[in-house]
Amino acid sequence: MTLAGITISDKAVKRLESQFAGFVTVEQAGNQTNAIVDKAKLRDALLFLKTEKDLAYTMLTDLFVVDYHPRDPRFEVVYLLTSWEMKDRVAMKVRIGDGERLPTVSDLWGAADWLEREAYDMFGVRFDNHPDLRRILMVEDFDGHPLRKDFPTEGLGFGKPIKIELEEEQR
Amino acid sequence: MTINMGPQHPATHGVLRIELELDGEIVVRATPFIGYLHRGVEKLAEIKTYHQALTLTDRLDYTSALSNNLAYCLACENLLGLEVPKRGQYLRVILAELQRIAAHLLWLGTHALDIGAMTVFFYTFREREYITDIIESVTGARLTPSFIRIGGLARDVPDEFEGMVRSFVKDFPRRVDEYETLLTKNIIWRRRTVKVSPLTREDALSYGVTGPVLRASGVNYDVRKAFPYSSYEDFDFEIPLGTGGDVFDRYDVRLREMRQSNRIIDQALSRLPGGPINARAPGYVAPPKEDVQKDMAALIRHFKLMEESFSAPRGEAYGAIESSKGELGFYLVSDGSNKPFRFRIRPPSFLNIGALPKMIVGSMIADVIAAIGSIDIVLGEIDR
Repeated sequence: MTLAGITISDKAVKRLESQFAGFVTVEQAGNQTNAIVDKAKLRDALLFLKTEKDLAYTMLTDLFVVDYHPRDPRFEVVYLLTSWEMKDRVAMKVRIGDGERLPTVSDLWGAADWLEREAYDMFGVRFDNHPDLRRILMVEDFDGHPLRKDFPTEGLGFGKPIKIELEEEQR
Repeated sequence: MTINMGPQHPATHGVLRIELELDGEIVVRATPFIGYLHRGVEKLAEIKTYHQALTLTDRLDYTSALSNNLAYCLACENLLGLEVPKRGQYLRVILAELQRIAAHLLWLGTHALDIGAMTVFFYTFREREYITDIIESVTGARLTPSFIRIGGLARDVPDEFEGMVRSFVKDFPRRVDEYETLLTKNIIWRRRTVKVSPLTREDALSYGVTGPVLRASGVNYDVRKAFPYSSYEDFDFEIPLGTGGDVFDRYDVRLREMRQSNRIIDQALSRLPGGPINARAPGYVAPPKEDVQKDMAALIRHFKLMEESFSAPRGEAYGAIESSKGELGFYLVSDGSNKPFRFRIRPPSFLNIGALPKMIVGSMIADVIAAIGSIDIVLGEIDR
């Protein structure tokens, strides 16, 4: 079935499959076709999609993580690229386990700088060679990564009484 | 010298903090800090059903709630495989374009106010008030309507809708002319905006900037044209482009965009077809309110849909629209349950503000205000 609203096509997925044979698997997720790329070929594949003349996915529209806890490998990092010239989108994924690191793409797209910081902040996925991998939305001394599936929605320590120490008692 | 601008500063349009390192009056380095309005919308949506999560989207970009509803509903419809009837699609277009004009008017008023032109604010809020009245008469709410629903709309528009929109559409081009007489050739306005904080085409593409900011830099990318949704391909409109990518170009692009939105509303209203507004999918779409009040079966179905919602098929879907700020997308991952497994929001303002240091480094500190205003940020959407 084809829906007018679905803008992610399988055109690039097929190209990826032939270019990086053995490193790319194709996955059908509902009405959408995604490419799953081996971690070792991640940067090559993204560079290929960006620079190939007839693909020209020059915009990194989104970069985000999906947590499939307790499945192993636990995380899926999705790179959503848009070609505004060819009017096409592609969703490319890489699967990694807890504690595994990914190469940064912030040198390929400036947008990845903040998006990778958000992925680190919310899921604890770390990126090698990132210029400034700090938390972005949560406060700096926040404990844990809130969008992980094993992080409670109401927050850590919810329902426990808060111990208040008055100044007089401290003395 | 280091200056902390914000988080409580009227010109940062919310709670944005920027650490500015200055050499005299020149900005040497700028580091934006965000997250002061973080509410965890993406996490909250994971414990809500698909219908319930709709109300969270209103509160992202609170200046154009209907656009957010539309983007989320498109993502859901892609996931479920629903096709909204033409009348529903046209009404969505009218509402989304009205909302775009309202958001641009809010931006124009506050942006001009930041730079020091106070009069514009009163002019633009007069028209924005009229649009809010239209939205209120249709949806019952002025700011957070949650009106566009999965598979269609909450209900059909009232009888007075056509008259109200018609009189707005007829009047509006003259109003835009009024704003232009106040600003476009105003020498103070031009000195504060022309060649101020330019963003090159390459930087704009690299930083994933979308919307009027991208188009002011000369890139012809508009989701309405590139990936038409909700029958935008039926309408005849142009995409205004800038050349220099400075603050003035962003202003100019938005003003021309308002005129184009007006054209779209005019066409959609003249060609508004009859028929149903909702997709024929009883498992996903709630029955009309009139039926709920008369028919026992409809009442039960409504109750079950709102209480338990539906189980979406396994899969993933992306739905994106051109909101007033840029490309607003929702990426949904479904594990087959009645709640989204992953609810990813692609907020345009988040990526647009990421390019702010590129714009303001090397310029005067007073121009930082103009640059922030020209990006048109909404912190509700950046911090989520």
